[in-house]
Amino acid sequence: MSTQHTPRRSLGSWLLIAAPFLWLLIFFLAPFFMVFKISLSEIAIAIPPYLPTFDLDGGWAALVDDLKSLSIENYLWLTEDDLYWKSYLSSVQIALISTLLTLLIGYPLAYGMARSPKAWRPTLLMLVILPFWTSFLIRVYAWVGILKNEGLLNQLLLWLGVIDEPLVIMNTNAAVFIGIVYSYLPFLVLPLYATLEKLDESLLEAAQDLGCPPWKTFWTITVPLSIPGVVAGCFLVFIPAVGEFVIPDLLGGSNTLMIGKTLWVEFFSNRDWPVSSAVAVILLLILVIPIVLFQNHQQKLSERA
Amino acid sequence: MKGWADFSYRCGTWWGSVLAKKSVGPLRREFAPWDDVTERPFIEFRNVTKRFGDFTAVDDLSLKIYEREFFALLGGSGCGKTTLMRMLAGFERPTSGTILLDGQDLAGVPPHRRPVNMMFQSYALFPHMSVEANIAFGLKQDKMPAEDLKGRVSEMLKLTKLEAFAKRKPHQLSGGQRQRVALARALAKKPKVLLLDEPLGALDRKLREETQFELTTLQQDLGMTFLIVTHDQEEAMTVADRIAVMDAGRIVQVAPPAEIYEAPGSKFIADFIGDINLIEATVVEKSEGGSVLNAKEFGIHIETASTTSAAVGDTVWYAIRPEKIEISHADTLETDTMVNAVRAEVWDIGYLGDVSIFHTRVDETLAIRATVANRSRHVERPISWDDQVAMSWGRDAGVILEA
Repeated sequence: MSTQHTPRRSLGSWLLIAAPFLWLLIFFLAPFFMVFKISLSEIAIAIPPYLPTFDLDGGWAALVDDLKSLSIENYLWLTEDDLYWKSYLSSVQIALISTLLTLLIGYPLAYGMARSPKAWRPTLLMLVILPFWTSFLIRVYAWVGILKNEGLLNQLLLWLGVIDEPLVIMNTNAAVFIGIVYSYLPFLVLPLYATLEKLDESLLEAAQDLGCPPWKTFWTITVPLSIPGVVAGCFLVFIPAVGEFVIPDLLGGSNTLMIGKTLWVEFFSNRDWPVSSAVAVILLLILVIPIVLFQNHQQKLSERA
Repeated sequence: MKGWADFSYRCGTWWGSVLAKKSVGPLRREFAPWDDVTERPFIEFRNVTKRFGDFTAVDDLSLKIYEREFFALLGGSGCGKTTLMRMLAGFERPTSGTILLDGQDLAGVPPHRRPVNMMFQSYALFPHMSVEANIAFGLKQDKMPAEDLKGRVSEMLKLTKLEAFAKRKPHQLSGGQRQRVALARALAKKPKVLLLDEPLGALDRKLREETQFELTTLQQDLGMTFLIVTHDQEEAMTVADRIAVMDAGRIVQVAPPAEIYEAPGSKFIADFIGDINLIEATVVEKSEGGSVLNAKEFGIHIETASTTSAAVGDTVWYAIRPEKIEISHADTLETDTMVNAVRAEVWDIGYLGDVSIFHTRVDETLAIRATVANRSRHVERPISWDDQVAMSWGRDAGVILEA
């Protein structure tokens, strides 16, 4: 007896499936094409500040002319001025270092949570999520008060006699690292905790039973089996960190080069919409590649399971 | 399916040499070190207690297990059997008492330094390692040279018939194959004691029965000490030299399977192991060669070869297994004054294929079960529902248990 018919879907189920696609189409794909079109346009002193603007009044011929006037000049410009590729590179670099630092702090945190008594875990989880109750902007701004030369940290260290002169942290890359690590830590801890908590404790016992001391068990069993959580957590930190604007703007110095800041300057100070659109499109590509890698990774994992 | 023994014999290596010294003879050889007072126990629990908060999992327990013994800890869930095994493996620390292995006090020895290996109930195979790597894991911890390691791993693969699956990951294996990997991994280090925690629980009945016999053969061939924890009495009876029945953190009886079954030490064990009829009776007469009991209420007069410490006039339990009772049509009984027999009415019949279970009622309060092997396919005058029947048994069929 074989039942080889595809289940017929009702209109309701089609609508349900269509809803997220529609959402993405309206709020992601359409704006993306608008930005992409602007990136191919030319700067102009006008409102909006670029040319051409599509005008259906001119008929088909005018539209074709407008399309012909689009060029990749802005993208070429991005390669000519070293500000842009330096910004991209520096952004990726800062995001990578921050992700690594977040992992170094987040792993022990997640591990400790997953190994804590069961009754404590909801409370600990709550504590990780707790910062989200306060506005992101306010939390980052609060770091200014902590990190500046006469800030809380320097006052404490001076009072303790650890240092004689205030440490210059504010307006350096170090402050940006601190800001990113602080802000994105929960995004790394949560998926990692979920993975570590699921880890079958009998595997650790089995390893020890076979003669593996506890520290080595951690490296040979726990770490390899928590890789999916590590990958997920790192992407959740790395991707938003690359395009981060608020943290470098508030905590970083004038020589902290990040693409988010460059974009802001291009858009608001120079009012060069076409170039800033080109910057945004390239940034999107830089971010999409890791996402695709991540998706592939997840795919492989689910195939294995 | 042939035993693993054949495979290891062909290996001609360590496993083979073990076999070469011994013949693969009958499964139950004459082996009873526990009866020899001069024999030194290999594993010894001395007054071991383990508490988890208010709960006492193991209660002042003492136990001796001998070298080369296949020993089973049998009991219901929560009886402390798993805790006892985990204390031997080192995963739990006794609250008080001593555990000795081969004369060495195990207190303070961490799990990874104990010369015992465990086969986990969940198998606990490392999901990110191949079958090969799983088996090699323990050997790598010992820094075994690569050549020897390779040899040993392939021996273990042969022993457990897993050669074809060496490169596979655990999730690509069937339940039975995983069980074999777990066994191979635990055996690879040649532990002094192999601990088996409900090893066959996840297998289907047929595979479980096969594996039980393979385990006994393997244990005899390797000459290792095996300690198995199980809640399945059939499993314990099949594989073990001796069984310790546990209840509420204590050992109720330690004896070879046949003794546990035929001469249960208490009503609890009689009830726990297999099916049994318990008949309340009064001691009428007692002598060296046996006793006479009376369950007058039911009109049963019992003569038994079993002796009792209860005094004449005391109330005791007469315990008799269903398969030791014969059931026949009531009209075959000659008189009403019967010895070791009683009239009853068939209330229900359970047909299990190989045997049938007859549930009969003597009166409102006493039900007696008898099992009869279905030897032939057609019975001339089959016993049916509501028939009046006679249940009878021999002098040595049952035992007396003190109330």
